[in-house]
Amino acid sequence: MDFYTTAILQGLGFTALGLGIFLTLKIFNIPDITTDGSYTLGGAVTAIMLVNGFNPYITLLVAVCSGMIAGFTTGIIHTKLKVNALLAGILVMTALYSINLSIMGRSNIPLTQTPTIFSAITFTSNEFNNKAVLFALFSALLFLFINWLLKTDFGIAMRATGNSESMVRSLGVDTQRMKIIGLALANGLTALSGFLITQYQGFADINMGIGIVISGLGAVIIGDSLVKLLRNNKLFVQILGVIAGTILFRLILAFALDSGLNPNYLKLITAAIVLLVVSVTRFTKEESR
Amino acid sequence: MIELRNVYKIFNDGTANAVHALKDINLKIEKGEFLVLLGSNGSGKSTLINVIAGNATVSSGDVLIEGKKVNHLKDFERSKWIARIFQNPLQGTAPDLSIIDNFRLAALRTKPKKFVMGITKKFRTEVQEKIRLLNMGLENKLDSPVGSLSGGQRQALTLSMAVMDKAKILLMDEPTAALDPKTSELLMSNAVKFISLFGFTTIFITHHLKDAHRLGNRIIQMHDGKIFRDIQKAEKEKLQLNELFIWFE
Repeated sequence: MDFYTTAILQGLGFTALGLGIFLTLKIFNIPDITTDGSYTLGGAVTAIMLVNGFNPYITLLVAVCSGMIAGFTTGIIHTKLKVNALLAGILVMTALYSINLSIMGRSNIPLTQTPTIFSAITFTSNEFNNKAVLFALFSALLFLFINWLLKTDFGIAMRATGNSESMVRSLGVDTQRMKIIGLALANGLTALSGFLITQYQGFADINMGIGIVISGLGAVIIGDSLVKLLRNNKLFVQILGVIAGTILFRLILAFALDSGLNPNYLKLITAAIVLLVVSVTRFTKEESR
Repeated sequence: MIELRNVYKIFNDGTANAVHALKDINLKIEKGEFLVLLGSNGSGKSTLINVIAGNATVSSGDVLIEGKKVNHLKDFERSKWIARIFQNPLQGTAPDLSIIDNFRLAALRTKPKKFVMGITKKFRTEVQEKIRLLNMGLENKLDSPVGSLSGGQRQALTLSMAVMDKAKILLMDEPTAALDPKTSELLMSNAVKFISLFGFTTIFITHHLKDAHRLGNRIIQMHDGKIFRDIQKAEKEKLQLNELFIWFE
């Protein structure tokens, strides 16, 4: 049972990353895989700053900004240099590996002795519960923020950019600028997950981001299926779907490990789950047509 | 309102595939004019509209709107003057967004899109009034996604989105090409109503010679990248429909 509550907790920590992927994939219709790099970047910045005695709030700010710069870079490469979005993401992700390594100075930084966001904000003395409350709080705030953002005039322009570029340009929106802002925002959210998970697991590792984009994609696709099941396409339902998808994804992984799977196969299983979810949704879509 | 001076447009310039789409076009369109643009495929009609809207840049020459040179302005910057109805009904609206979301963006054509909730009760009423002008019963479907509507309904919405903010020029590139005859007629009668009601300067590309004959107050035939015929108001009124057919023989 502990295994599964931990999975839910982790899921809440990955909410920001899931919402970041939701923004690029569903709202802007851009396949962005800068994620692997910007997630680790968020973790690397967090670890090095906490170890050097910065307080967790400033660290939070810098970590999110670092992710935004990574996304901004991908956005510039994609829109201004006209490089395919996938390739732009791969380029930045690859470059970030070296940058992350030079930020950290070594491949792993443990956070055992340093104060973290969990010691800065305490709701209860039970360590596990405190983490859970804090992660839930972050998720709730993110839900409110994204739900608000997408309903503002700016948010409508964001949604239209990914939906009908010719229409939104004929209505005076600079779609290149929109995409750059979107990618920056999404990777800022991804770095926020890097910030949270690094402190949750107690270390930053240069390889912590490998394949993380797949789990985010899986979460978004699961969320999408949930929304379709509910037959309610309202924005807040879609956003809640992503959060639920993130948690469900972690639960599925936990279940796989719990049933005696060799942890070496974790990435294989992750990929298989995403493939399964994608093909199942595709299959049911064709059925209903 | 719109002026083109010695405009050339060459696609793939300097290669064996160079296409001279516009050759030394000089054209002045006055405020309130309703210009019908005729010509066979490849004669340069769409390119002409595109260099005015900013979707294509001129190879040489100048484009002026309200006396201001706009050569360097991008399409989204020229949209403060120009509203467009595209040939493809899918291009003028965002299908996954609701009608009200589409209209909110249209209402902000000339304004920045800010971090505020712009869809208020007052705004909804305002949109309903505009949509009611179409007489299509769409005013009660504000929250439906535009993608659930027919092509004709979407073109009509694009038309009424043009009047949400003060656009002065209406460009229509074969707006009825994808519509059935009855829907086409309804759209064009709505277009005529909106043009006179809101005083647009209009360019209308069509292959329907009947529409070309009965609509507008000036008619231009393009041929091989040049203006071949330019018939002004008084003469156009005397023009017979069968004369138009002879133009294309």
